[in-house]
Amino acid sequence: MAKGVKPRVKVPKSAAAGETITIKTLISHKMESGQRKDADGNQIPRSIINRFTADFNGENVIDVTLEPAISTNPYFQFDAVVPEAGEFKFTWYDDDGSVYETSKSISVS
Amino acid sequence: MEFSRRNVLVLGAGTAAAVSLTGLPAFASVTDDMIAEFTGGADVGSGALSLTAPEIAENGNTVPIEISAPGAVAVTVFADGNPVPAVATFNFGPLNASRSASTRIRLAKSQNVIAVAKMEDGSFQRADVPVKVTIGGCGG
Amino acid sequence: MKRALLTTACILAATAASAGEDSTLSIEGEDYITQTAAPEHMEYVDTIYSGWTFRTDETQALQMDDFDNPAFVFLDQAIDQWDTVEGSEGKSCSSCHEDVADFAGLKTSLPRVENGELVTLTNLVNECVTERMGSKEWKYSGAKMSGMTALIAHQSRGMTMNVKIDGDAAPFWEQGKELYYQRVGQLDMACSNCHEDNYGNMIRADHLSQGQINGFPLYRLKNAKINTTHGRFKGCMSNIRAVPFKEGGPEFKALELYIASRGQGLSVETPAVRN
Repeated sequence: MAKGVKPRVKVPKSAAAGETITIKTLISHKMESGQRKDADGNQIPRSIINRFTADFNGENVIDVTLEPAISTNPYFQFDAVVPEAGEFKFTWYDDDGSVYETSKSISVS
Repeated sequence: MEFSRRNVLVLGAGTAAAVSLTGLPAFASVTDDMIAEFTGGADVGSGALSLTAPEIAENGNTVPIEISAPGAVAVTVFADGNPVPAVATFNFGPLNASRSASTRIRLAKSQNVIAVAKMEDGSFQRADVPVKVTIGGCGG
Repeated sequence: MKRALLTTACILAATAASAGEDSTLSIEGEDYITQTAAPEHMEYVDTIYSGWTFRTDETQALQMDDFDNPAFVFLDQAIDQWDTVEGSEGKSCSSCHEDVADFAGLKTSLPRVENGELVTLTNLVNECVTERMGSKEWKYSGAKMSGMTALIAHQSRGMTMNVKIDGDAAPFWEQGKELYYQRVGQLDMACSNCHEDNYGNMIRADHLSQGQINGFPLYRLKNAKINTTHGRFKGCMSNIRAVPFKEGGPEFKALELYIASRGQGLSVETPAVRN
């Protein structure tokens, strides 16, 4: 597992049924592009988060394929419709096989 | 990630070599190939996909972009002047009503950011935005 | 964006204007002082501006929402560090300091003189680390220290800078002032050449600020991490091809006091976002 990886997500605590909400996510990650060389001229191997998904109660909201051109500490903002109360699940997939997960529940008023 | 001046020079030298070998702007054709692969060679329209990016980016390490394409199933983004033009592909699920997303990307130099959307009816949309990337005052 | 371009054009034509001088920095509903009358001791400047006012709309926006601000990833890590036991005494920061929020106001008064010595926030943290926790000193601008000092300084966000420059602080302040106006390096430049004589002008494609430090430690887009004042001073000195002073050394500490005093009255913005 890459060192110091920490996900952050921002989801409103509640919404009206059928309301569209804005979600923001950020994860600490170097996103080493594979294009750089170290001081000795050796290529630094690529090491990035290559996929990010957000699901709500098992249904997909967004599924992103990331390339090395995504900035350090990958950030995503997107909308989601909230049909009922439930749980958002966020998953990040690392090149090294690590999977980082976090979830947030939302109530419907 | 930090691109040191030396690394940037290395990238620049690679570009020059590629251009002189083929006589064509190498990266543009790579991007065109990738777009053709995504669209399967279909006609690409415009107007239904919007791509927002700054005209001038203060730092190429972190350039905010936003894509929005109501009715799209997927949007893929390219940077035609990067050593690897692919940036990201957004696949929208049924719960993403607006079919929009924002992220932050790396641009190695001034270039075009290109988004291509695959719509629900199987057609394609494209948007290009040129972004100027500035270099710092004193060595970065 | 068009407006920003026009503004840039104006700056190139007329000197010493600043791009966003009319924009207001508001974070989580709170307004910040990003420009105010210069303190009396500044002879050549009438108004002082936060570095925030010199950045593009996009960079400014990153600081206006705590979620969008990437620095908070590092503050989160520092919160974990706060509760981490290390050293021979089996203590963490939280063993003695119940709540990091108790440090509200500390950043506004630093650096300050204690027992005849000028001390920075980093010195205070290291005093705890070595003497009370019995651990090895943290590297002056290392990741652990820059995150922790950012977390502690953040508790003063919104309060105004107010360092002491007279009495026992006076000799250190005078030393800092001398360094500020001292030309050094192959390019033979002083801090003042860029940050007093030319703020608001472009140096190549970069918009020169007044070099204020009210937002430090802060996140820079350039290296995507938390940067410290001494790290920044070092960067400036390398850029003018001078041999930088040592981080944590007497010269940079004195310079930090003097530069902090040039920002008296600006809000603490830690963690700010800059280019």
